[in-house]
Amino acid sequence: MIEQIDYTLVDWSRAQFALTAMYHWLFVPLTLGLSFIMAIMESIYIKTGDPHWKKITKFWMTLFGINFAIGIATGLILEFEFGTNWSNYSWFVGDIFGAPLAVEGIMAFFLESTFVAVMFFGWNKVGKKFHLASTWLVAVGANLSALWILVANAWMQNPVGMRFNPDTARNEMMDFWSVLFSPTAINKFLHTVASGYVLAAVFVIGISAWFMLKKREMILAKRSMLVASVFGLIMGAFLFMTGDESAREIARVQPMKFAAMEGLYDGQRNAPLVAIGLFARPTEPENPDQNKFLVKIEIPNMLSYMAFLDPHAFVPGIQDLVNGNEKENILSYDEKIDRGKIAIQTLRDYKQALKDNNQIKSDALRAQFDDQAFLDHYFRYFGYGYYNEPSDLIPNVPVSFYSFHIMVILGVHFMILFLVILILLFKNTLHLKRWILYVALFTIPLVYLASMAGWMLAEFGRQPWVIQDLLPTIAAVSRIDSSAVQITFWLFAVLFTALLIAEVKIMATQIKKGPKTEGGN
Amino acid sequence: MSETVKHDAILKKIFLFYYDGFKSMTWGRKVWIIIIIKLFIMFAVLRIFFFQDFLGSRFDTDREKSNYVTDELIKRNSHD
Repeated sequence: MIEQIDYTLVDWSRAQFALTAMYHWLFVPLTLGLSFIMAIMESIYIKTGDPHWKKITKFWMTLFGINFAIGIATGLILEFEFGTNWSNYSWFVGDIFGAPLAVEGIMAFFLESTFVAVMFFGWNKVGKKFHLASTWLVAVGANLSALWILVANAWMQNPVGMRFNPDTARNEMMDFWSVLFSPTAINKFLHTVASGYVLAAVFVIGISAWFMLKKREMILAKRSMLVASVFGLIMGAFLFMTGDESAREIARVQPMKFAAMEGLYDGQRNAPLVAIGLFARPTEPENPDQNKFLVKIEIPNMLSYMAFLDPHAFVPGIQDLVNGNEKENILSYDEKIDRGKIAIQTLRDYKQALKDNNQIKSDALRAQFDDQAFLDHYFRYFGYGYYNEPSDLIPNVPVSFYSFHIMVILGVHFMILFLVILILLFKNTLHLKRWILYVALFTIPLVYLASMAGWMLAEFGRQPWVIQDLLPTIAAVSRIDSSAVQITFWLFAVLFTALLIAEVKIMATQIKKGPKTEGGN
Repeated sequence: MSETVKHDAILKKIFLFYYDGFKSMTWGRKVWIIIIIKLFIMFAVLRIFFFQDFLGSRFDTDREKSNYVTDELIKRNSHD
């Protein structure tokens, strides 16, 4: 018997996960980037012996500490949700998540918790070099912790290195290294941590700009801006490089996400990149779901080049992926749905054969799950088998398009800001350009927006998949009462908003006090 | 004997390191109160009353869990 799952439950479970993940991510990137900026500042202090650098390092360490302490453990709520709201998914992923998250737990505990204490409490108690090493190890530890959870996320975008076991309904890791070093995992990690570095650079520049506007702590402001703008420029360039590489990877393994993020419905050779665009409301009654551009500015051939490093390459559009394109060797979604249904039916038949004690039949069906041809041609489309309408497999195009473009446009803005700040610092005229200082200050919320937009593209763009092509949200969600999910959604909204208000208030108080207070511990 | 004394001295040193560190935190007290309240809400309220392990609270063995999830995987379908 086929059972339907309530879409209200799926939507609330998704909304709750998105809410908690986004709030968690408000705290994480600043930790990733500010830890390195502090380590650079402390290194300069050790090298020069200038006490100003110590004062500057301790000031930023205070803000790091507030962010770190309030954000700590907010990610654990996501693990609660896996076990309660997404139990089918948690079971289905098997040990793929277990190993990376266990390594993360051990690393985070030993590296971060040990050296964070030395970093905060160790001034004047441990040797200068040991203290500096602790600060660097906090930075490395925080970034390594992020590695494992990002590897897990990358596996969901591009599941590799595993095999499904129909006896346990779990995926078993066959090759740890291909999970860790898949191109998706490498790009996901590098691009995400680089976004944290840029966010922290903008944060430091913005707060320093506030000091300059108030004509306070000019040495701290100038030196902090110098470190942050150089760090931001280098990491911003790295962010664009890894973003470019990520786009190619998306075009390869998630072509629907790639088409959605560019609003490309009809595939073409020499595909142009829509640099800026605005969607009109759908007006064609026969095509209510198709979004047409009201206005757009295109760069010729750029999308083909971005996707395949070939300006003349064919980039499939949403229609090509849904309807198939024989010439370009693209299977239609109807075909994938049929193959997915065969894979699900094979699992169903296998379980029935086991129940009936039909050894010959169960052995034959079991063997299919070890047969590479079956895995490549049927099981890889397992998740499609839950659907009947290809239109259900198209992500939200405007959300994907706008989040991608907001992220990139803001990324360009950050790079220009870093460059302008650096030039004006060298000219020693930055403090006279008050409008630049205001721009720097108001860029702080924008960098958080860009960071969130990146995640929105990553997650909205791959809908309906929890695990790409294998497990959609409707199969991954637990069969629980949707009202319970709604209650916890609002509980989280209140809890996290209170935490955010507390963080902003405590941080603002410390910033207003400036470095003269007991910064650093 | 001297080994034990040495060991105790190291432990005392570590304890005092943390104790003095926390004591001298000015901004830290407010943050620590927030952390304690947050962890209490997370583990004593949300975890116990709202986030029980769905499979763990219904089934005792891995075999039962895998049978349940397999049933879910082969019975579900979209609305269409």
